[in-house]
Amino acid sequence: MNIKALKASTLYGILLPVLLLVLALALNVGPVDIDPGKAIQDWFNDRITIESLILFDVRLPRSLLAMLIGATLGLAGASLQGLLRNPLAEPGIIGVSNGAALGAVIVFYYGIAGVAWFLLPLGGLIGALVAMLVIFLLVGRNRSIITLILAGIAINAIGGALIALALNFAESPYAMQEIVFWLLGSVSNRSVNELYIAMPFMLVGWGMILYCGRFLNALTLGEETATSMGFNVARMRLVLILGVTASVGASVSVAGNIGFIGLVVPHLIRPFVAYEPRRLLLSSAITGAILLLVADIVVQVFSDNGEMKLGVITALVGAPFFLFLILKSRNVLQ
Amino acid sequence: MSLLSGHGIDYRIDSIQILEAIDIRVDAGELVGLIGPNGAGKSSLLRLLTGVEACTQGEVRFDDLPLGQISAALRAQRMGYLVQGAMAYWPFSVEKVIELGRIPYQKWWQQVSSDDQKIVEEAMTKTETLAYRNRIVTTLSGGEQTLVMLARIFATQPDLIFADEPVAALDPYHQLHVMEILRGHATAKRAAIVVLHDLGLAARFCDRLYLLNHGRLHCSGSVSEVLTRENIAEVYGVDSQIDCNEKGISVTSLSRISDHHP
Repeated sequence: MNIKALKASTLYGILLPVLLLVLALALNVGPVDIDPGKAIQDWFNDRITIESLILFDVRLPRSLLAMLIGATLGLAGASLQGLLRNPLAEPGIIGVSNGAALGAVIVFYYGIAGVAWFLLPLGGLIGALVAMLVIFLLVGRNRSIITLILAGIAINAIGGALIALALNFAESPYAMQEIVFWLLGSVSNRSVNELYIAMPFMLVGWGMILYCGRFLNALTLGEETATSMGFNVARMRLVLILGVTASVGASVSVAGNIGFIGLVVPHLIRPFVAYEPRRLLLSSAITGAILLLVADIVVQVFSDNGEMKLGVITALVGAPFFLFLILKSRNVLQ
Repeated sequence: MSLLSGHGIDYRIDSIQILEAIDIRVDAGELVGLIGPNGAGKSSLLRLLTGVEACTQGEVRFDDLPLGQISAALRAQRMGYLVQGAMAYWPFSVEKVIELGRIPYQKWWQQVSSDDQKIVEEAMTKTETLAYRNRIVTTLSGGEQTLVMLARIFATQPDLIFADEPVAALDPYHQLHVMEILRGHATAKRAAIVVLHDLGLAARFCDRLYLLNHGRLHCSGSVSEVLTRENIAEVYGVDSQIDCNEKGISVTSLSRISDHHP
């Protein structure tokens, strides 16, 4: 069987215009119909109107956040699948997602989420950091990738158990509902503040992950060969995991757990980059951004009373789609 | 001056002695064979010599510089290491696998250049892998895969090639092909060191042999010095017949020696 990769110019020539198109579409969608032309005019003329407020203070931060989170999940999924050489890896596998979620849930649990807007994302970031520290204490200098995966599963389980504990003893049904809804994952009602707190971590994380691209290619031939090709495998692995922790931790901190984007997107793109882990990175990031924006549009269009959460739709569509992809590609990935 | 030399190499993992007091050298133009029974420490020694692992004691020098003083990138450019049972974890095309050999020359943001492309073509020509350059490497036969992995190393244009049992699971045709390619590499300023189980191939292709046993160097020297009935009986525990004629030396294992304790 032959697999011919798309040229980089063709691939990005398709993905980037689609991303811009979807972004434009997302800015046009919302519970209130507004004239975007008038909103932009008002904004440039420093007139604060309903239109300009909705476009620039509500829809733009929300869409940008969806884009950044989608890109983070796509990038993190692609890089972890490359690192573990396992197409079933997803951003949550190293325990960071549940760590961040737990941090946020603790903020909810003590009812201080409303005290200041930054407490929730801060709790998430601290949770992600703690999860990562525990993982590094466990794996430390151990070279085995299996230990890393198992430690991640354990951290996820501990995070899940503590979240369950918090739900169990939640003060009121209302508090419980608040936690559950937050956990489902959403980018609605977010402001530029969330964007500002998450973006630096994401950008630094992306940089670290992209820096590992060449290393991921070398890893295709195994760790020993990668070492002989001049890579310090332990150090590169650390850089990559730190990058994933920073970017995914920031994502979960502002938007909760949004599943399946990180798992499905690399599978979708892989045939078009001839399975090359390095080329998979950037293309998965853009595709992740597109898909999460689309999901957020769907969520807004199809909710009448009470919005469907973003994480629900990505799971609803992503899980069966993932099954389909596995059935389709089982011959290639023996 | 030797291209590569190891002096007093000791290697322990968790206080288990793997290698002890090994002295070894590879000169330019030589194909050196590393032989010995299973578990003698051949692969470990190769890993130490490539710098993938560090010696517990002793020193490895390349081009008369300690390995530790040569940058990882430069080492990767000048030495190629074919691991035992080398394989690709993703269904790459043959050409893409061979392109990986250019990684030691690329910065982290750089892609394969047209110069790289030319070198990759040369590597494919040298290993006769051009015919299946677009095939998926995981669908190739064992012999073809070994040639592709060897081509990946040639794409790096190293001076010294380390090959760990490159012909272990191959048919006679591919065994000869791989050995001829390694032999062809070991000329002028370049050299190769290869771990072998097939003593006949070792006799036929290698300039010098190192015979390892229980982590120690049993003996070393020319083929006729190392491959003697006494050495083979002592190290491998088999009675053998060694024939020398104008076509070279051949070794036939006849029977196990009953009082040999491996």
